[in-house]
Amino acid sequence: MTAIEMKERLVGRALKRREDPKLITGHGNYLDDIKLPGMLHIALVRSPYAHAKIVSIDASKALAMPGVVAVFTGKDMLDINPMPAAWQAAGVKNYPVPPRALAVDKVALVGDPVAMVVAEDRYIARDAADAVEVEYEPLPAVVDARKAVEPGAPQIHEAAPNNIVFEWECGNKAAADAAIASAEVVVKEEIINQRLIPTPMETRGSIARYDATTGEWTVWMTSQAPHVHRLLLTAFVFGVPETKLRCIAPNVGGGFGQKIFCYNDMAFTMWAARKLGRPVKFVEDRSENYKYSTHGRDHITEAELAGTRDGKITGLRVKTWANIGAYFSTVAAGIPTTLYGRIITGVYKIPAAYVHVTGAYTNTAMVDAYRGAGRPEASYLIERMVDRFAAEIGMDPAEVRRKNFIQPEDFPYDNGLGLLPYDSGNYEPALNKALEIAGYAEFRKQQAELRQQGRYLGIGISSYVEICGIAPSAWMGGQGWGAGLWESANVRVHLTGKVVVTTGSLPHGQGLETTFAQIVADELGVPYEDVEVQWGDTQGTPFGYGTYGSRSLAVGGVAIKRSVDKIKEKARKLAAHLLEANEADIVFENGRAYVKGSPDKGKTIGELAAAAAVAYNLPPGMEPFLDETSYYDPPNCTFPFGTHVCIVEVDPETGHVKLLRYIAVDDCGNQINPLIVEGQIHGGIAQGLAQALYEGAVYNEDGQLLTGTLMDYAVPTAAMVPHIETDHTVTPSPVNPLGVKGAGEAGTIASAQCVMNAIIDALAPFGVKHLQMPATPERIWRAIHGK
Amino acid sequence: MTTITVTVNGVRYTSEVEPRLLLVHYLREHLNLTGTHIGCDTSQCGACVVHINGVSVKSCTTLAVQCDGAEITTIEGLAHDGQLHPLQEGFWEKHGLQCGFCTPGMIMAAADLLKRNPNPTDEEIRHGLEGNLCRCTGYENIVRAVRYAAEKMAAAPAAD
Repeated sequence: MTAIEMKERLVGRALKRREDPKLITGHGNYLDDIKLPGMLHIALVRSPYAHAKIVSIDASKALAMPGVVAVFTGKDMLDINPMPAAWQAAGVKNYPVPPRALAVDKVALVGDPVAMVVAEDRYIARDAADAVEVEYEPLPAVVDARKAVEPGAPQIHEAAPNNIVFEWECGNKAAADAAIASAEVVVKEEIINQRLIPTPMETRGSIARYDATTGEWTVWMTSQAPHVHRLLLTAFVFGVPETKLRCIAPNVGGGFGQKIFCYNDMAFTMWAARKLGRPVKFVEDRSENYKYSTHGRDHITEAELAGTRDGKITGLRVKTWANIGAYFSTVAAGIPTTLYGRIITGVYKIPAAYVHVTGAYTNTAMVDAYRGAGRPEASYLIERMVDRFAAEIGMDPAEVRRKNFIQPEDFPYDNGLGLLPYDSGNYEPALNKALEIAGYAEFRKQQAELRQQGRYLGIGISSYVEICGIAPSAWMGGQGWGAGLWESANVRVHLTGKVVVTTGSLPHGQGLETTFAQIVADELGVPYEDVEVQWGDTQGTPFGYGTYGSRSLAVGGVAIKRSVDKIKEKARKLAAHLLEANEADIVFENGRAYVKGSPDKGKTIGELAAAAAVAYNLPPGMEPFLDETSYYDPPNCTFPFGTHVCIVEVDPETGHVKLLRYIAVDDCGNQINPLIVEGQIHGGIAQGLAQALYEGAVYNEDGQLLTGTLMDYAVPTAAMVPHIETDHTVTPSPVNPLGVKGAGEAGTIASAQCVMNAIIDALAPFGVKHLQMPATPERIWRAIHGK
Repeated sequence: MTTITVTVNGVRYTSEVEPRLLLVHYLREHLNLTGTHIGCDTSQCGACVVHINGVSVKSCTTLAVQCDGAEITTIEGLAHDGQLHPLQEGFWEKHGLQCGFCTPGMIMAAADLLKRNPNPTDEEIRHGLEGNLCRCTGYENIVRAVRYAAEKMAAAPAAD
């Protein structure tokens, strides 16, 4: 094998990102950086009331202002449909009331847009919006999901009696009831998973341009899924052919779920661009983002967990009220149902479990997927209840976890809740590794000693499993998802040997250009620098469902690998022809197709690409060019897991929590780029521990958002997040040929309960069994002092 | 309208501006320097940090007219002769950014921090960047990036 020099593999290497040079020098291209000739600016008139009838709108003063081009209201836009409700709760009746481009006749939340001003610049637009006079007739409001479905609550939508969006269940109610009725021990808790605001650092917006001669739009959008938005806006909102719209997501400044959904601004910018014949831009300011773009979580749950005195969990019964907000956001109903209820038992073998969820409209911002989307709520619930159970029976929480873990030989594991089987897992080594790094046994001794001195340290454990690579289409169809959920990729090897990959995934911080190029360079045996990854523009990329649900590697990445496999196969056939060898004797390895046993008799991929491109000498029937597309629909989801451990000290005088250590041991299967994986874990943890300690969107009873700016909503600074210690185990996924699982959401799914378990462990001497999030100093102080 | 003259990244500009025009809009809309970002409306996020006469300032709460006669540096002006600033290098090497939206402001704030404290501890870095929010990284790699730059600048002080 002398002639073949093995190329160093890139998969598994912590390459720095190819995305970064333009971003660190100020040359990124985010939505608000885009300027088009003749572009107009939109400012919205938004409701100050949470629930009100619109009596009148008087725009005369605004229209008289120099530089104001037009003012439109919801009634002007009745020729377009409301936003689509794309994921409804499966198997039950849903009452979807999605928002319109602008509100018509009544408003249902503070910030509901009632009119839009279009002006020559953004300052004029804002001034004019303030000059639009709107008369409202206020109505009573409701902000709490449980109260919203009680008799006598204010009714928000005629089409949704009692404010109910859906009532959904999974699991075995009779078995869970019986397990709880006959249990040696039952622990019961009301668990509130508070409302969060995703807060990507870039807010949302859209720019639309319309060409009246062709009837075609181009829309630039802050989007995690431009192909989906193109489909929804044309086929459902405007009723025009899909081909009449080109959607472009430029650099996207973070999404965390909030940029998955089809928003009203996409529709009203399109509508106004067509009406006025000029391009229009709308970009939210931060307080608009907080009031109107989607929020996450907001569950009220009554949970009961049954078990034996020796630590076996025998049953779980869960009743949840999920706040959906004022309208039905694009995939709102799937989050608190499929992505929550079906994984409620987590990493444990629980023989009887049942979940009931009521989705409720309230006069608040819409709630939809936020990083983790349903899985953090599930993981928080089970991990809090397991700790609560361990405390009740006086057993070490690590021991209770070991006793109930799904075992390696149980995979593929069916949890009985209507989920696809967990693909692979080995939970105890991750737990042991995390405890070892934390020095668990030693810590317990130290903790006891310090308690004697009046110092209150606590350790929290969180063992989690989540659902990633969300697919397959046939299963998701049965879950109420209104489309497919495969992913696409095209790979072309040009005449010059340069490789162009186009993907339906939509990176917005995940480093997919780097990760995907690593895979292609290895698989095809070409230099990394020769691989170009393109994304984000519906004109020039194959239809794809976008980036969310930690699916871009496990689904999108595998689509790329399959396209490369097809190219290798074609290259092998072509090589056999050119080398006058038997096709069965040709192997493709390390960027070369050669005759088995004679490595010097071969052709490089570059030579084969050139031969395929010029097409002077192709085998009979072979088409020119190495150009292959794949649409990959995986047979299952993937199920990453791990254990996080956190150590805190609580000051009983002030209720202040100090995070002393945070340790994360995650298993996302094979890692393509460990630097990027670690970064995803860090960021996810920061968002989860922020839920535990700092963040919470608060509405008063009138539906005013009290945490309406970054001054009041505590997104943590660098000083509020601890040093994070990371490690991992590797259990490859058998679902896909890359053996990958996904890492984008794991940190968030694991961390809130990890911190809360540590705080509650620290507070055990005060008899504290549970605390709601965020564990602010005031809340902790009150728990200690019983006030 | 008011006439101002400013030097931005070494280039002198004279412009007619409304007295209420924010510096960040002046940079982005008038000079097309869109590397400076806007992430909030209450001066919390720091995506808009630039240097005015060598000091880091939030350009979303500075009026353009206040900068008459000032020297301004934005993220576009930090690299010299194609040579990245050690902080830009550090953010790249240590994966100190993901979506990149906060990055220009974060780098500009960190540059000022290192000027005042060339050898900060991790805790000093974290406190020094309290005026800047990042939602992607959990800050771990931002701290590593700033430490990388501090070490590099200590080894070659002229690199500033």
